[in-house]
Amino acid sequence: MTNHTAALTALADPTRRAIFERLARSPSPVGELARDLPVSRPAVSQHLKVLKSAGLVTDHPVGTRRIYSVDPAGLAAIRDYFDQFWQQSLARFGSAASQPIQEET
Amino acid sequence: MTTQLHATSVTTAVDVQAPVEHAFRVFTEGIGSWWNPEHHILQAELAEMVFEPHVGGHIIDRGTDGSECRWARVLAYDPPRRVCFSWDINLHWQLEPDPAKTSEVEVTFTAEEPSRTRVVLTHRHLERHGQGWEQMRDAVSSGWSLARFAEVAAHR
Repeated sequence: MTNHTAALTALADPTRRAIFERLARSPSPVGELARDLPVSRPAVSQHLKVLKSAGLVTDHPVGTRRIYSVDPAGLAAIRDYFDQFWQQSLARFGSAASQPIQEET
Repeated sequence: MTTQLHATSVTTAVDVQAPVEHAFRVFTEGIGSWWNPEHHILQAELAEMVFEPHVGGHIIDRGTDGSECRWARVLAYDPPRRVCFSWDINLHWQLEPDPAKTSEVEVTFTAEEPSRTRVVLTHRHLERHGQGWEQMRDAVSSGWSLARFAEVAAHR
């Protein structure tokens, strides 16, 4: 429960959302994020700290750098849900589309 | 049918034994013919679904009591190739009024043969629903059916 509010607050900020979406595409060190986004390196570090404490982002050391990435456990639940949801829905759609359209009443 | 997982999106594909125009029509204007009728967030029972065929339109659920739920905005409508709509339902199974907190569904239709169509659906920006991942995980088994349960319970 405690993480809901933290995650909401963390992603309400457009810069943090941009950082999060960038990390979702590929894990990166701080320097790379600062280079790709119109944000200073100290500001990126600060945003990462907030994202990390909200449980949205995780980091691990690679050599002398820390690589940041989206916390896979956080997104797994919603992704699993929609994965199943669309598989079932598209199976129904596939059956319906292979027949003439029937008007829903 | 195959599924690929990325960090913040899911992609599902299905091959349909129908021409591309027909597949597109069934997915959009015929949505009520294949959508699971239990998948709605109305208080009343689902009477019909309407897919407004233009950008700026909505996908609308209508209840047997005359109530309406516009749970998706049509973001792209390019028959018979592509359609894109928003997912304006939050993780508490309520309408989400802030577009910045909604995700997006894109569906493409490709004619593999004159009577076979490949349909690829991607639901992306799932992270925008951010405020309730843990709750979503807890509700996975109930989810839509929770709304269904509430509806049944309300009629007793």
